[in-house]
Amino acid sequence: SSWWSHVEMGPPDPILGVTEAYKRDTNSKKMNLGVGAYRDDNGKPYVLNCVRKAEAMIAAKKMDKEYLPIGGLADFTRASAELALGENSEAFKSGRYVTVQGISGTGSLRIGANFLQRFFKASRDVYLPKPSWGNHTPIFRDAGMQLQAYRYYDPKTCSLDFSGALDDISKIPEKSIVLLHACAHNPTGVDPRQEQWKELAAVVKKRNLLAYFDMAYQGFASGDINRDAWAVRHFIDQGINIVLSQSFAKNMGLYGERAGAFTVICSDADEAKRVESQLKILIRPMYSNPPMNGARIASLILNTPDLRKEWLTEVKSMADRIISMRTQLVSNLKKEGSSHNWQHITDQIGMFCFTGLKAEQVERLIKEFSIYMTKDGRISVAGVTSGNVGYLAHAIHQVTK
Amino acid sequence: AYRTDEGQPWVLPVVKKVELMIANDNSLNHEYLPILGLPEFRANASRIALGDDSPAIKENRIGSVQSLGGTGALRIGAEFLRRWYNGNNNTATPVYVSTPTWENHNSVFMDAGFKDIRTYHYWDAAKRGLDLQGLLNDLEHAPEFSIFVLHACAHNPTGTDPTPEQWKQIAAVMKRRCLFPFFDSAYQGFASGSLDKDAWAVRYFVSEGFELFCAQSFSKNFGLYNERVGNLTVVGKDADNVQRVLSQMEKIVRTTWSNPPSQGARIVATTLSSPQLFDEWKGNVKTMADRVLLMRSELRSRLEALGTPGTWNHITDQIGMFSFTGLNPKQVEYMVKEKHIYLMASGRINMCGLTTKNLDYVAKSIHEAVTKIQ
Repeated sequence: SSWWSHVEMGPPDPILGVTEAYKRDTNSKKMNLGVGAYRDDNGKPYVLNCVRKAEAMIAAKKMDKEYLPIGGLADFTRASAELALGENSEAFKSGRYVTVQGISGTGSLRIGANFLQRFFKASRDVYLPKPSWGNHTPIFRDAGMQLQAYRYYDPKTCSLDFSGALDDISKIPEKSIVLLHACAHNPTGVDPRQEQWKELAAVVKKRNLLAYFDMAYQGFASGDINRDAWAVRHFIDQGINIVLSQSFAKNMGLYGERAGAFTVICSDADEAKRVESQLKILIRPMYSNPPMNGARIASLILNTPDLRKEWLTEVKSMADRIISMRTQLVSNLKKEGSSHNWQHITDQIGMFCFTGLKAEQVERLIKEFSIYMTKDGRISVAGVTSGNVGYLAHAIHQVTK
Repeated sequence: AYRTDEGQPWVLPVVKKVELMIANDNSLNHEYLPILGLPEFRANASRIALGDDSPAIKENRIGSVQSLGGTGALRIGAEFLRRWYNGNNNTATPVYVSTPTWENHNSVFMDAGFKDIRTYHYWDAAKRGLDLQGLLNDLEHAPEFSIFVLHACAHNPTGTDPTPEQWKQIAAVMKRRCLFPFFDSAYQGFASGSLDKDAWAVRYFVSEGFELFCAQSFSKNFGLYNERVGNLTVVGKDADNVQRVLSQMEKIVRTTWSNPPSQGARIVATTLSSPQLFDEWKGNVKTMADRVLLMRSELRSRLEALGTPGTWNHITDQIGMFSFTGLNPKQVEYMVKEKHIYLMASGRINMCGLTTKNLDYVAKSIHEAVTKIQ
């Protein structure tokens, strides 16, 4: 007999399941709107020009493959911190921060979660917005934390339930951990406005909560890296020492290279050094040291003025294409004669859109039109092109009229 | 890490070639790999460990998880064992590591949640070799179902491996006492120069019907250190069991790193799946292994020529990157402070640091340390 007879079959990943079903479909008009990766207007993966250039530069340098330090490539971590905090950030300039390289967004979140489990003794509770990225819950749970929620998305209006969020957060026990999506909330696409962020920051500060920012879409949301980092920077400006996870999967298209970073804003540089030493102790038994390739590419881009300029242009064009698809979807729905209010499609921001479609309607879209999305009605706008937006609008109208 | 005779890092020629191929392939992009990794990498990596003619592969009862280096593979395996090995909560299941062992073994299993990490006898300092009796004794007295971390070859840090006959004895006790073998294979090919020879122990255990894990690293044998290329090979009783195990490992991977890095896996997969590149790689590996073997024999012969007190056959008996010289802490201090030769307080030296240019100096320094300091 086997050691593993009692091991249960793990449930299939809901999002991967969408792609699997899509692949099996033979309908020539099929659309995959479950994909969490950017696609160009031909529906193809897009390798950024600045990435290609950086890769060519790296190849020409003929570097060795020696281990990185446990905390990662220093040029990369410093540039990541500067990108998030802003070059004029007092926290950045004074060195009262530590940034370690992480395995993209997930790995960075996990390092942070483990760090909090070990060193944040005030609370085990992490408050997530309702809803949040599906992987947040198991990440924190596996790290040994407990999950709670605060109101966030209002399904009646398909927008932010701001009074609900403010109300819930103001009642969270002091010193709890509250997780916030810095921009382009996943899965809803619903972000607070700057005035609302100001109120949230005030409550977080008043309640002495630990703010954990997840920033996976800087630049990718509005097209402007500074605008997308506004909330993160505002909190720090208000004297809130946040922790932050960054991903370069989407904004640099480096998905499979796993480039990310985890940052802790500290009281001073000395505290930052001590925190860094503990982060390394967590990382070493996980994977020893991080992968070089993605970090090298990202570092070269961020630190080479020409490449950085080109990157900002490319990130803006990706964001612009997404925004344009939102606009076209809404106008096509109007053209179809839909009487529903679809404003939330253009109000929402980032890669994802909570359409407001119900499960039965989603099922019809899949079965009758071969348009694939997750059951919660979330679509990846990145999967929409000028070639298929008309078809999508037509299908949505058919199932909602 | 490996060093050339000029004391430099070495990117394998086959790696350079394959990287160029990858760079010129416009069909490639940077999309996410599946959670468990690049399929061509996983299959080839496990095939390298288990052998082309492995019965386990033929019977379709193996699984693979692409991981972040050998460390990542160990960690995924450890996390899985803690959740699923013997019942659903293994925090109290004893995990045995050798004395001494790579120090990160302790941390990996501890951070995975195991609370009872014990040691098994391994290094006999007096005879400078394997304490087989001590080892077998520990196997006999370990609680049933304990997990044993075994070094597949080139034991780190001692360089001392059991012989095939000794492995057979170890396996017999482990089978009788229902102990779980978790192999750490970080030096396949790099140790003896032969992939098959360095995988003998793992393959023997498989042929004896064990279910086991093998954490593989391609850091050293491919020189891909910073690309973090590793693989956890799972051998089970049948395909159904392995499938369920992998589905749970997938959940563990998803909350640790979501999916693994692409570059290093592509290099290894491309190399292993091309007969020509594979041969080239084996040649590169043999180059590294041979240089280390040469340094071992040259160091030993110099010490014997100098008449350095003690026996020095352990230098060539031992295998892999490291050697437990037998120097005591005071002698080590002398080496570091007076001779500027850096080695661990345990007396462990990295053979890769030796070159034809420094052999004489190192041998003389060891001679001085041993004769001057007791």
